[in-house]
Amino acid sequence: MNIIKFLDEFTSESLTGKVSSRRDVFGTFGSLGKKAALAAVPFGLATSSGKAFAQAGLKQHEEPLQLALTLEYLEAEFYIKALDSGVLPSGGRAEAVYNQISKHESAHVEFLKTALGDASIDSPTFDFTVGGMFDPFNENGTGQEVAYAQLLALAQAFEDTGVRAYKGQAGNLMGTPYLTPALQIHSVEAKHASEIRRLRASVMGEVGNENALGWITLDNRGPGMPEATQAVYDGEQNVTQGGVDLTMATSFDAKAVSQSFDEPISGETAKAIAGLFIVS
Amino acid sequence: MKKPLIKVQKTNLSHPKTNNSRRQFLKMGGLAVAGSSLLLYGCSDDDDDMEPMPGEVFDLGSGDVGILNYAYALEQLEAAFYTNVLDGSYWMNANAEEKKILEDLYKHEVIHREFFKAAITGAAGAAKTLPELEFDFSSVNFGDRDSVLQTAQILEDTGVSAYNGAGSLLVTPDYLTLAGKIVSVEARHASAIRSIYLSDDTAFAGDDVIDANGLDPAVDPATILAAVGSTGFVKTAFTANNLPTGA
Repeated sequence: MNIIKFLDEFTSESLTGKVSSRRDVFGTFGSLGKKAALAAVPFGLATSSGKAFAQAGLKQHEEPLQLALTLEYLEAEFYIKALDSGVLPSGGRAEAVYNQISKHESAHVEFLKTALGDASIDSPTFDFTVGGMFDPFNENGTGQEVAYAQLLALAQAFEDTGVRAYKGQAGNLMGTPYLTPALQIHSVEAKHASEIRRLRASVMGEVGNENALGWITLDNRGPGMPEATQAVYDGEQNVTQGGVDLTMATSFDAKAVSQSFDEPISGETAKAIAGLFIVS
Repeated sequence: MKKPLIKVQKTNLSHPKTNNSRRQFLKMGGLAVAGSSLLLYGCSDDDDDMEPMPGEVFDLGSGDVGILNYAYALEQLEAAFYTNVLDGSYWMNANAEEKKILEDLYKHEVIHREFFKAAITGAAGAAKTLPELEFDFSSVNFGDRDSVLQTAQILEDTGVSAYNGAGSLLVTPDYLTLAGKIVSVEARHASAIRSIYLSDDTAFAGDDVIDANGLDPAVDPATILAAVGSTGFVKTAFTANNLPTGA
């Protein structure tokens, strides 16, 4: 069976229907559904090392950086497991790309742990299958091709989420020495996102068209992306910046205008999205 | 001595965290300098004599407006470059992927340019908004893939470094968010251009730019403007004597 067919199945209702008991969870990826809400609770507190920090006691930069560290833990572990899974075609572009991104995400973890010092948190325990919904590492017999499609889809969702989450925290870091480093990570996540989007498109046979872009059009998650990832893209369709409707101020349409600006997400939204993959 | 194109203030360049980034930037900037002229500032004793008369040469201004004008200048440069790209024979005959990417970059940069024009005019008035700059791209061969993509790479890499370096100089949170909305798109551009132009599969976020901590460069305005000036692309003189430096 070819990859496109698998991707179609991957996105089809039948896949979500197959595990209908988890349908609600799946459908609330990022929207504070039951599981997401529960999962979001231990966020930050998952560090059972006795450092249960009171929110009020945190310094200005600590909460944003703890959120960032949690997202980096998520990404770092995901890429390490992806590279260990044997799902990626060996020796090709995908493996090189995942290796490079893995290197950066692991470096970000170390960088943020150092920056946070005593306020650092331990890694949560992640479940990238979301209770059996996904099988990106082909651990449960889903097969290499479906697993590969899921590896690419999850990577895209994580990277596009990372870009929005860092952007959303920039204002909270103003006036601290951590703003610039956060911006320096933010743009790296955007480079990752662009490449993963283009890699995923090429694997699907999409090249040189609207489905093969490194940037986000309107709030489109793109072909082959599970409906569950829509929360990652909600709000990206904005065309008004600084009070200026740029579809009126320029001769370009909403597609081009929306592509030209990435939108932030709140810490709560970022936690909810990440929380879906956090067991404890 | 040729008259400076862009005059920048002297700033404290000794921020340790960005030293490595700056070297990297200058190295890349050097690629663009091939054959281009001179520049700018502090290179002669008659500096004072070159102070513009009021109203003669536009100064980017101070505070947030100065930084927004600085970004507007960079977006004008990028928009003008891609406008030329789409008029050139390389683009017209490029493959579908490269054609699509460059067309999108053209649209995005023009939109960024128009955004800054509207935003600065709205916030500070037309008199404090950088005028439309004139450019000279005679050193770029728009019929040649390497010339176009190498220049695009340098401009996109520079844009990312510039926005990352300017963020901490802004004091209005809304402006910081707006800059953040744009810089990640510039980074997406840089990634795509590097991916199609450079043969290494890791070049999209290559070790030539990103450091061992996984950080992109953050470069201050004075260094960026000096490097931009060195390309010879900017014909219209302006000064940057009052930008915040964070010092």
